[in-house]
Amino acid sequence: MSEQTVLFDAPGPRALRRYRIVAGAGGAVSLLVLAWVLLKLGQKGNLSGAKWTPFLQPATWTEYLVPGLVGTLKAAAISIVLAGVLGLLLGAGRLSNVAPLRWVCSVVVEFFRAVPVLLMMLFTFALYSNNNMFPPSQLSLAAVVTALTLYNGAVIAELVRAGVGGLPAGQREAGLSVGLTEGQALRAILLPQALTAMLPALVGQLVVVLKDSALGYVITYEELLNKANQVGTSLQNIVPAFLVVAVLFIVINYGLTRLAGLLERRLNRRGRTAGGAAPGAPGQEPVDLMRVNTETG
Amino acid sequence: MAELFRQFDIIGAFRTTIYLTILSAIGSLLIGTVVAIMRVSPVRILQLLGTSYVNVFRNTPLTLIVAFCNIGLFVNLGLRLANPDSPTFLVDNNLRLAILGLSVYHAAFVCESLRSGINTVPTGQAEAARSIGLTFTQTLRHVVMPQAFRGAIAPLGNTLIALTKNTTVVSVIGVAEASYLMADMIEQRPDVLYTTFAIIALGFVILTLPVGIVVTSLSRRLAVKR
Repeated sequence: MSEQTVLFDAPGPRALRRYRIVAGAGGAVSLLVLAWVLLKLGQKGNLSGAKWTPFLQPATWTEYLVPGLVGTLKAAAISIVLAGVLGLLLGAGRLSNVAPLRWVCSVVVEFFRAVPVLLMMLFTFALYSNNNMFPPSQLSLAAVVTALTLYNGAVIAELVRAGVGGLPAGQREAGLSVGLTEGQALRAILLPQALTAMLPALVGQLVVVLKDSALGYVITYEELLNKANQVGTSLQNIVPAFLVVAVLFIVINYGLTRLAGLLERRLNRRGRTAGGAAPGAPGQEPVDLMRVNTETG
Repeated sequence: MAELFRQFDIIGAFRTTIYLTILSAIGSLLIGTVVAIMRVSPVRILQLLGTSYVNVFRNTPLTLIVAFCNIGLFVNLGLRLANPDSPTFLVDNNLRLAILGLSVYHAAFVCESLRSGINTVPTGQAEAARSIGLTFTQTLRHVVMPQAFRGAIAPLGNTLIALTKNTTVVSVIGVAEASYLMADMIEQRPDVLYTTFAIIALGFVILTLPVGIVVTSLSRRLAVKR
């Protein structure tokens, strides 16, 4: 998180009074909204103990939520690894000297970035099942992983390109001047630096993958949302079940976002952000990799 | 191919996609601007509320939010956004719930885009505004926000593109947009799977590519020259 521009002066006595009034009003409004939500939830019996106690019993967790979480994490883990490999290949391809290779990689990247993940999932699911390419038990996992890999691979390819583009030109030139070929310079000098600088953005991408794995719900992949639905239907407590799962997602993703921020700050301290130059160096705008990464799941 | 267009209302499905995109874009821009102002305001509790909003909705899967809008808000809690006597009640209601879900989710990203836009406005601008006696609201309205919106065009455009693609998620609650139609086509005509995918995917490329190009050129042209 960057420093926030200060849009206001240190408050004087009158401003302080005004702030307190606004704070009071804001607090009151949010409390009213909260009370209304609780009232509505209560009216439909969502706050009764019977709806919530299942989440205190181990069976709910061992039978539904933990397997769901494992499903979500498994799909996300396989996808991020494969997407990393694919992204590296496509990103290097887009930086290549061979023009046709560059064009092909560009078209592939732009296509998979433009096509919604859900379409990809529906398509690969139908494709795999029509051709019996996977055993039925692995079918939906394969479709989820394929769709997530293709989309996120394309996004990571862009991150690689931005990361390499953000390095000072002298890095590549130094490599060439000691006799490396373009490809060797890319592999030995540029990519390692770009990858280090990309690390926070990659962790951020993991959040996108985790959220998008919930799309597996549509093709009956046994992930967290699907399991929440099963809990909700069998125990008649769909609203509590959804809320519990939402909290699980928020905790995991918030943790990952914080980790990405931490990594970014550490890399910043070591002066190894994309761009490599000191912040604010003249004529060089540091590439904001997190900005590239704002595309939402 | 022409036969597929006759058999299925492909154009109509994409019209729904565009309709969802436009209305959710307006909705998320409104909510997102309010949340962004709360986050940069001098009042601590508003900052806290804005930050929690962003953290909650940015980290929840859209699928969960949209499914909750239908199963939670409508079926369980009885929220109705359309006239219950109308013969098209279920369709209208689901469409509006979908717009609600999409707006609420993308508002978090709009807020972050605007905040990054606010960060592009040099401190001197706000300081100059304050030194001539403008209040926080006046500073924001006349000096900072107009520049912030111009600086935020690129991330806002990315959010719009993501929103266009994310409208596919609302097929989860049965809104008949492009991906819902595609699932239908796959089921009824498994023989033309590749053509089906090519048509629908191409539709999204056509929808998102021009937006990307326009946004890039706009963000270059409208960026405040410093």
